[in-house]
Amino acid sequence: MKSTDQNSRRSFLRKGLGIAAVAGSVTALQAFQQDSVEETGEMVKLLSPEGEIVEIDKAYLKPIPEVHIAPDAAREGIPGRRFVMVIDLAQCKNLRKCHDACEKMHHCGPDNEFLKVLKMQDNKLATPFWQPTMCFHCDEPPCVKVCPVDATYKRTDGIVLIDTDRCIGCRFCMVACPYSARTFDWNEPDQTEEVKHQHYSPETSVPAKMGTVSKCDFCPDMVRQGEMPHCVTACPNGVFYFGDENEDAVSNGSETVRLSELLRDRAGYRYMEDMGTKPRVYYLPPVNRAFPFEDDEFTKQNGSKS
Amino acid sequence: MKTKKSESAGHFTDQSEAISRDLMPKPFGLSGKIWVAVLSFVFLLGFFFYIQQLRYGLGITAMRDYSTWGIYIANFVFFVAISLVGSLISAILKLSGAKWRTPLTRISEMIAVSSIVFAALVIIVDMGRPDRFMNVILHARIQSPITWDVLVITTYLAISLLLLYLPLIPDLAFMRDRFSDIPAWQKKMYTFMALGWKGLPGQEKILRRAEQILAILIIPVAFGIHTVTSWLFATTLRPGWDSSDFGPYFVSGAFMVGAGGVIAAMYIFRTHYSLEKYLTDKHFDYMGRLLVLLSLVYLYFNINEYFVPAYKMKGQEAEHLNALFYGRYAPLFWSVQIFGMVAPIIVLLFRRGRKPLPMFIIAILVVVGAWFKRFLIVIPTLSHPYIPMDRVPESWQHYLPTFKEWSITAATLAGALLIVTLLTRLFPAIPMVETMEEANPEHKETEIA
Repeated sequence: MKSTDQNSRRSFLRKGLGIAAVAGSVTALQAFQQDSVEETGEMVKLLSPEGEIVEIDKAYLKPIPEVHIAPDAAREGIPGRRFVMVIDLAQCKNLRKCHDACEKMHHCGPDNEFLKVLKMQDNKLATPFWQPTMCFHCDEPPCVKVCPVDATYKRTDGIVLIDTDRCIGCRFCMVACPYSARTFDWNEPDQTEEVKHQHYSPETSVPAKMGTVSKCDFCPDMVRQGEMPHCVTACPNGVFYFGDENEDAVSNGSETVRLSELLRDRAGYRYMEDMGTKPRVYYLPPVNRAFPFEDDEFTKQNGSKS
Repeated sequence: MKTKKSESAGHFTDQSEAISRDLMPKPFGLSGKIWVAVLSFVFLLGFFFYIQQLRYGLGITAMRDYSTWGIYIANFVFFVAISLVGSLISAILKLSGAKWRTPLTRISEMIAVSSIVFAALVIIVDMGRPDRFMNVILHARIQSPITWDVLVITTYLAISLLLLYLPLIPDLAFMRDRFSDIPAWQKKMYTFMALGWKGLPGQEKILRRAEQILAILIIPVAFGIHTVTSWLFATTLRPGWDSSDFGPYFVSGAFMVGAGGVIAAMYIFRTHYSLEKYLTDKHFDYMGRLLVLLSLVYLYFNINEYFVPAYKMKGQEAEHLNALFYGRYAPLFWSVQIFGMVAPIIVLLFRRGRKPLPMFIIAILVVVGAWFKRFLIVIPTLSHPYIPMDRVPESWQHYLPTFKEWSITAATLAGALLIVTLLTRLFPAIPMVETMEEANPEHKETEIA
């Protein structure tokens, strides 16, 4: 009895702290609950969620266990954050590692792609290029506007999520999204028993449910663990930069740069800006490309479309 | 002074006797039974497939991520559209003082009620999670046009039911008092539904006033119901839907198909129950003129809706319009526009075109054309998304409804016809007492302003 009490108290604390804690191995706060740790004397500097630099003993650092964020808790954004993504079209070679990692980690089959890599061509004379697209987590999301039951919502950290426990499957959000970013589970999702019995969280979009809408979630679960979204880490060419607009910093895993400088110097733009949706995903134009454009088996068959 | 009560109790003119004989609801003959059997079969088959859909998901339809709305939604728009006939005949013609509308009122209200019921059901059929329907109320968000649609559809249904029921009360009392050879349950039902109606001047006054209020109330609600339905499309950024005149475009089309629907029903009742005395050539003539007017208004909105964007041929809009004008949807598009809109205008301009049989054929063209017009409004737009449809199976790119999907859709149409049929089996399709009063104006006691 005693141990379960303790466990539940601990998991309660962890959950609460998990929500409060942010990106990085910011586990310092967990120290409060652990009294009997032998200090090593080696101190590390950490940025607290309040933005203060704190110094703690290394012994208190522990990886945060995977935190399950329940649907209600997922409605709150991660405090102080404004997540943003920049996609460097000059570096994309259509390797599709981002796509595969996304598909694998969200356990969604080929019929429910959260991320697509599409062949784009602005006009007949321009060279085509590869463009990864996903949910742009718009600041004026047309999908959220039309949802009749508040199943899809905008968080304070900029992320747009879907609560598939509440979604009624009317698919109004799908027609409202001009970027066709959303996907629907038309049939019983093809997932393993293990995945099906996972605790559902809108932050992981797993497990999928028949008759509901899903889409790219910006992987806030990874962010809480101090990791980058799956597409960012999977890309070997550093196409995806992910970060925080408030910090004015984005990283593609190998380099961290100022968001404002990157967008200014590389003429960053947002897809179909004239829609007024204010996406949180920016593109860097496909100039000075790292790779020549090559059609793949699909585009060879289908031709191109601007 | 003779009241209506005394009229229905005994002092009963031969003419009234004849009218009640002609207009009383009659048991189905052989053709009626076959009609009901066919409708029931179509309904049950679709219902069977719907059970499958509940179990296996919307995957049994041809809808996929790009064509995420299909014929269910087109059918929904059709039902909402045709339901506007109730307000057209019961309210607009009533308030404009068109006396000839009397024999059409009941039929049109029956069509209105049954189609609005099925409009609501079709939306549930289209839901991925109908088990969570209550979320629409529990978690309602007033920002969503769907919430507006739920509100306005329930309001319209309530008013339409009252507009069907209130004018029926004198007929119910009449059947309660005069019909002796009907089953006891039917008599009981008439007695219950007549609410103790005696035709007293006070009762008459309340009834007429209520009808008047409802007739005025239903007009803004009718405009509302179809305008909001058009906003389900017009509030999005999609080519072909992103239009500011979608509301009036939908409303005008709805009045047109509503008129078509009531003309078709008039013809069927007239020939099937030999009601030539009540649904006369004059009624067809007037309805024909009305249909020409409504079609012209709809033509005007069609020109705005297609010509103006076609003049500009802007980006994705151009691709959508090309598919309609010369591409994949061209055969359907031109058939619908020519047979469902232009032909009625031309044929009905001639006196001979406004005879019952040609009117019936035109009305069927209008109604069928209107259904496919909704198809053309809903489906092609979604086949032309802004982001290219790469790497998806051919079937995702070109939506072709499955047999099960057609069957479920047919079931809703059959269901709506079945409701109208059963209503006319129990209640007179043409108001009896009102027709008697109009035939013997001297019997009219209570003159209500």
